[in-house]
Amino acid sequence: MKTIICHITLVIIVAAALLMPCWVQAQDSIVPTPTEERQAPAPEEKEKFDAKSFIFGHTGDSYCFHITEIHEKPVCVWLPVIVKCKDGGNWHIFSSKHICELKEGETFNHKGANFFIEPINADKYPGKLVEVKADGSISRPFDISFTKNAFGIFLVCAFLLAFFLPAARKYEKNPMGKPTKYQGLIEWLTYMVLDGIIRPNIPEKKVKKFAPYLLTVFFFIFFANLFGLIPFFPFGANVTGNLSITIVLALLTYFFVNLFGNRHYWKDILWPDVPIFLKALPLMPIIELISTITKPFALMVRLFANILAGHIVIMVLMALIFIIGGMYGAGMGGVMSIVSIFMTIFMTALELLVAYIQAYVFTILSSLFIGMAQHEPDHKS
Amino acid sequence: MDLFLPESGLVIWMLIAFVIVFLILAKAGWPKIMGAVEKRNAHISDSLLAAEEANNALAGIEQKRQETMAAAQAEQIKILKESQDLKTQLIEEAKTQARQEAEKIVADARLKIEKEQAEAMANIKNEVIALSVDIAEKLLQRELSDKESQSAYIEQLLNNNQPRIEA
Repeated sequence: MKTIICHITLVIIVAAALLMPCWVQAQDSIVPTPTEERQAPAPEEKEKFDAKSFIFGHTGDSYCFHITEIHEKPVCVWLPVIVKCKDGGNWHIFSSKHICELKEGETFNHKGANFFIEPINADKYPGKLVEVKADGSISRPFDISFTKNAFGIFLVCAFLLAFFLPAARKYEKNPMGKPTKYQGLIEWLTYMVLDGIIRPNIPEKKVKKFAPYLLTVFFFIFFANLFGLIPFFPFGANVTGNLSITIVLALLTYFFVNLFGNRHYWKDILWPDVPIFLKALPLMPIIELISTITKPFALMVRLFANILAGHIVIMVLMALIFIIGGMYGAGMGGVMSIVSIFMTIFMTALELLVAYIQAYVFTILSSLFIGMAQHEPDHKS
Repeated sequence: MDLFLPESGLVIWMLIAFVIVFLILAKAGWPKIMGAVEKRNAHISDSLLAAEEANNALAGIEQKRQETMAAAQAEQIKILKESQDLKTQLIEEAKTQARQEAEKIVADARLKIEKEQAEAMANIKNEVIALSVDIAEKLLQRELSDKESQSAYIEQLLNNNQPRIEA
């Protein structure tokens, strides 16, 4: 019954989207005068809607946490900027308020160094803090600013600690007691991952050794994905849709696979069971070594691309309102917003699914790779 | 494109935050949860096993009880039957004894009656003999000419001795 309703809704939305251009033209021909007269001066005054900076501004990283705008004035949480200038420069720590509010062409001077943020559509360092040298050349300082995404990371980390540690303490205090509902939730979540993902892939003896990493990875990705879907402060940072975050997760998996890999695993890489000319050259060992890198690389790109794509689609649907509004007038933009909202609801529901699936896939592949490196051959063949 | 290049600052923040959280949870989080749950699982399965054993033991006891009950019932029936038999036997015996006693009494009585009868007969005989002798004596004593007076006399004698015969 529910699936039927879903299908019907989907069909209506798609049909509405397809029929929209016809209706747009019809409406334009029917009611031309009032809207056009009111809209006439607008395009000259207002700058054109820049979809690219809108989309990438929201999906990318930022030095401040932009919440909303009141009377054209941005309401932001100003995060600290921490940079070290190139060529033996000093450390600079200041609030991002100073650089985010700069007008075009202005720079912010802090202890003798001039900084500004490149616009989001710049060719080089888009949206990044750059230093302007005395000769007018720009360079990127070493930047460990506590950005919006760093904030998002810490939020997820704090949530994980606040969510799981009290349960652990409860278990420690009263291990045999009747579990509370909260403990039941924690148990359900933990054993869903443990029995559904980790146990099938990792030898039983090694489960205790690798489960903490895999559980942490799963819940970090899962909650980061979910938090990324909540569109208001303090959530909404596109954490897992950022390569810097997925590269760390992939590197940790790489580390866990290869550092704890057993002799059999390394023998299969360096001296696999193939004809001697294939490994003496050494063709196969090189391929195998590369494959150890491509596995976590695929993990990194898969998570990043899936989450980023979902966010971009949602942002595009939002941008469509303004694009259509700019092209056909505010009335059409209003109609488009209804369509966009339905599509966004659908996309967000889909992203909820993706949030779980991507966490699941990352964890199951990580445990598969770790488990493969722990595999003991049954007998010599 | 810039989107596809990792940002060194963010990588550092991520590494620090994630590794710290991982270490904390690996030390104080997951092992405690998993340990407690596994301990509880073991406890529950042990308890279930113990409960089953107790159930089995209980079933054994129940069976034993039923057996004892059945045996007791059989014993009861047996005892009842025995007492019934004993009762009938006793009654039978008592009856036989009573009959024998009665027969003995009757026999004694008959014996006594017969004896008394015999005695009475003997007495009567003696009386009759004495009477006959008496009559004969009297007859012999009287020499009568008259036959008629003779017979009247006999009649008279007989009448005189009537009470004695009746007695």
